[in-house]
Amino acid sequence: MPLIEVQDLTKVYRLGEIDLKALCSLTTTIENGEFISIMGPSGSGKSTFMNILGCLDTPTGGRYLLDGTDVSGLSRDELAEIRNRKIGFVFQGFNLLPRTSALENVELPLLYNGLSSKERRDRAMSALQTVGLEGREHHHPNQLSGGQQQRVAIARALVNNAPIILADEPTGNLDSKTSAEIMGLFVRLNTESNITVILITHENDIASYSRRIIRFLDGCITSDEGMKTA
Amino acid sequence: MINLPSTFRISVRALRVNKMRSALTMLGIIIGVGAVITMLAVGTGASMRIAQQISSIGSNLLIVLPGATTAGGVRMGAGTQSTLSMGDAQAILRESSTVEAAAPVLNGVAQVVFRQMNWSTGITGTTPAMLDVRDWSLSAGRPFTQQDVKSATKVCLLGQTVVDNLFGDLDPIGQIIRIKKVPFTVIGVLSAKGQSPNGQDQDDVIYVPVTTAQKKLFGTTFPGMVRTIMVKARNTDDLAIAEKQINALLRQRHRIGPRQENDFTVRNLTQIMQTAEQSSRVMTILLGAIASVSLVVGGIGIMNIMLVSVTERTREIGIRMAVGAKTWDIRLQFIIEALMLSLIGGLAGIAAGISGSELVSAFAGWPTIITPLSVFLAFGFSGLIGIFFGFYPAYKASLLNPIEALRYE
Repeated sequence: MPLIEVQDLTKVYRLGEIDLKALCSLTTTIENGEFISIMGPSGSGKSTFMNILGCLDTPTGGRYLLDGTDVSGLSRDELAEIRNRKIGFVFQGFNLLPRTSALENVELPLLYNGLSSKERRDRAMSALQTVGLEGREHHHPNQLSGGQQQRVAIARALVNNAPIILADEPTGNLDSKTSAEIMGLFVRLNTESNITVILITHENDIASYSRRIIRFLDGCITSDEGMKTA
Repeated sequence: MINLPSTFRISVRALRVNKMRSALTMLGIIIGVGAVITMLAVGTGASMRIAQQISSIGSNLLIVLPGATTAGGVRMGAGTQSTLSMGDAQAILRESSTVEAAAPVLNGVAQVVFRQMNWSTGITGTTPAMLDVRDWSLSAGRPFTQQDVKSATKVCLLGQTVVDNLFGDLDPIGQIIRIKKVPFTVIGVLSAKGQSPNGQDQDDVIYVPVTTAQKKLFGTTFPGMVRTIMVKARNTDDLAIAEKQINALLRQRHRIGPRQENDFTVRNLTQIMQTAEQSSRVMTILLGAIASVSLVVGGIGIMNIMLVSVTERTREIGIRMAVGAKTWDIRLQFIIEALMLSLIGGLAGIAAGISGSELVSAFAGWPTIITPLSVFLAFGFSGLIGIFFGFYPAYKASLLNPIEALRYE
């Protein structure tokens, strides 16, 4: 059974009288443990696709099976629960809470699934260790470099043992050296922990870290290279 | 599963980050709660004072006054006629089932002399029943007896004010004072009662046997004449019946025909006082209601600041939603924030209310009484306001679209 399976997925935005088709009948599958780059010009629908994969948005039509369950018709709170347990997000702008320590930022997803405060602390500490930030847990985001902030964000994505990490241009705000470090981290998480990594990028050398590249244009998949065969 | 302790901690942090703003928002609630508590304290103090005065003149009190005289068609005020007698007082006690005690009163003002000191005061001639009627006890000595009344002995009971003015630190019991040059032996001192409801000093009085007053001090137009009769009913519910019974009895005794007007009036003092007490209670409610308006205004301040806070923290809300916060996680976070603002403000407001009441007492000299109920009420109301005015901003926050919230700059 594939981890992610989308069939005839469509997304239509209504802008007044005009219907804007952001996605046109996408069908694809993603297996557990894949490392995928999604590429395409702005407005090609890659972000819309990511948002639907990340259960932040719902499709207008078609089916989206995540881990065997159809999530296309779920309520807000049910989607929130799936995001909490199955998906870790990494954003271009890091999206950490300001004036909040790295540790507490990493603990954030655990606040919403009823763990004891001790267990939250332990899991957040070990996630910070995984991304190489031990000793920085009490630093606030403004006391950390861009690369370190992105590591905190990755630790936050890991902390709930989610099987999928969705990264929207994770290196867009970083210099090339730091970008390489962050990509190295993704590769390590993918190979060592078998976490499925799906990232959006504009840059070919970032995409080259992944084993499969899906290209978007005008809401459609134009090419899909290196698909893992089940 | 909503994690309350964590949600609580998130709220506390958010409030601490904007200390100045939180403090100013609370100020509205502090003033509101403080105002409610102070106003209720002023109102309660006033009612209490009236209630005390009511009990100081004696409970369940009726007063029988003689009627008005008519001179050439011009009617004079009540009490100008002398129509009541000792017999009336005795008959009222004997014939009216609802009357517990009745005391005749013959009073006047006279100069009182003790050695080189002198003092002008009200002299009340009455019977031992008077102390029952007025719920008045002695602080020293003994009351005069029925025997003293029968034999018109020259003994007297002094009010505290009279004692202070004539004797100073001296023990008055057994001393001889002169009232209108007639020597009287002081046999007792009345306990201090303070001001009457209309501001008179009730302790500026001397009680003597009514017969002595009639024969030695004031003289009468007919034997056994008294000016008024004070009556105590058995209980408050009996007051109206007692009033009717006395009316009927005195009409009969004074031989007043069915078409004639009464030559006396029965006044229900307790009722008059209760009306005053009631109106002061209404006043308390009014004061409290007006003060609550400021509490509501404080609540609107909370809503205002919470709406600003939700807008400012749109991105934070987006992040929380992305990592799995559900509708009620977000709602509770903001409701708890509003609730904390109002409850901390409420606590500080209680302190403000207590000091406010003290200030009113100190500077305006009004009695203020802070009841636990008023504190509880003001605090509870501030909590309700926090929830009520916090809900809309929280509701708004929980309905944000996570994608747009994450993109918000």
